[in-house]
Amino acid sequence: MSSRPFDIVVIGGSAGSLSVIITVVNSMPKNFCVPVVLVVHRMRNVRSEMNNILSVNKPIIEPEDKEQIKECCMYLAPQNYHLLVEEDYSFSLDYSEAVNFSRPSIDVTFSNVADVYGEKALGILLSGANKDGARGLCDIIDAGGKGIVQNPDTAEYSAMPSAGIEYNKRVMIMKPEEIAAYINSIII
Amino acid sequence: MISDISKDELQSVLDVIKAQYGYDFSDYASASLKRRVLRFLQSASLKDIAEFRYRLSNDSAFFSWFVQSVTVNVTEMFRDPQFYKTMRETVLPKLASYPVIKIWHAGCSTGEEVYSMAIMLHEQGLLKRSRVYATDINPANLERAMSGIMSTSQMKDYTQNYIQSGGMEDFSSYYTARYDNAILNSELRKSIIFSQHNLVTDAAFNEFHLVCCRNVLIYFNRTLQNRVMQLFHDSLAPLGYLALGIKESLLFSDIRDKFESVSMLNKIYRRHR
Repeated sequence: MSSRPFDIVVIGGSAGSLSVIITVVNSMPKNFCVPVVLVVHRMRNVRSEMNNILSVNKPIIEPEDKEQIKECCMYLAPQNYHLLVEEDYSFSLDYSEAVNFSRPSIDVTFSNVADVYGEKALGILLSGANKDGARGLCDIIDAGGKGIVQNPDTAEYSAMPSAGIEYNKRVMIMKPEEIAAYINSIII
Repeated sequence: MISDISKDELQSVLDVIKAQYGYDFSDYASASLKRRVLRFLQSASLKDIAEFRYRLSNDSAFFSWFVQSVTVNVTEMFRDPQFYKTMRETVLPKLASYPVIKIWHAGCSTGEEVYSMAIMLHEQGLLKRSRVYATDINPANLERAMSGIMSTSQMKDYTQNYIQSGGMEDFSSYYTARYDNAILNSELRKSIIFSQHNLVTDAAFNEFHLVCCRNVLIYFNRTLQNRVMQLFHDSLAPLGYLALGIKESLLFSDIRDKFESVSMLNKIYRRHR
């Protein structure tokens, strides 16, 4: 375990989250070395340009199964799979049933990251029209990690961040710029 | 109710299963296995892990239910249409040169991808001289696969996939729909041999020109993936094709040097001579 506060940042978003993700990702300094994992609800079986849209500051990798998580890298959950992390810090993909009508499900990744990273995990839940991610954010906080939700007043769809707040009173509620500033403050 | 299971507890459960039934789950990818075991436990209402072990070893119906729950049986026809398009345009024309085309779908689940292959073979006039073996660990899956019955609610998605994969026929000509179910034409079913095979414990059983194993290896850890890749290598004729899921890669496997890549994007490989 390292001395930095987090060894992983997981960001979950759905409808209305893309602009916030762009804000947060683009404000990250180049030397930000904590691995970042994005879990975003997308269309299935339609080739997505998402990783091209987001690759502004650094390339975004859609990991393959059993790919090792590397420092300084940013990952995007592939369409139509759940994204999990194994104890040896490699990714595992899972094509089982949708959770909360979602695959990838934010809950699945968040809960699993809580299990593997414990207090070294930072979970961030953004705009979205359902409750996927709220349960998992709760697991991250319960395991000693930190949880942020986007201030629902600033979210295009508030259901997801609102559920995050409802499920766990210890979440930090932040506007997009504040989330960006917080992430910037954790570099050592 | 059991809400969490430790690594040791899970291993003790897997040991019981291995001793009693011969199914070895210990080299499954642990994060996803644990998730599915926990999901099973939510519906099983057991007092503790000891009861879990007791029920598994003494109640074979309970065990079947367990296998059904922890093995993933989600699949669709013409999943990843661009993969099927590449098969249609690049691989099947090569296979056409064999007098008898032998194909193995390993981990076929309820058969959707096997039937997709059968449809493509039919459209290229190859089905009658193809022997398609479809195997799965789970007998319940094979029974459903053999029946060729699908739910009509999915047919709309499948039709879209089929068109995107380059299919030119009327997709509805391949099945007969009645109420909520659709049954695939018996012509398609006739060419497929369904049989139980466990990739973890069973050996190579034939030599194939194409092995399809899509989205099965993701449930295995790297050790087991390597073993199964070796099994596929041993099951392929020289220059035979291996098709994996589009997020599965030979790159992390010990035997990557024994294959060349045919389509990087669609994870189609070819065994060296």
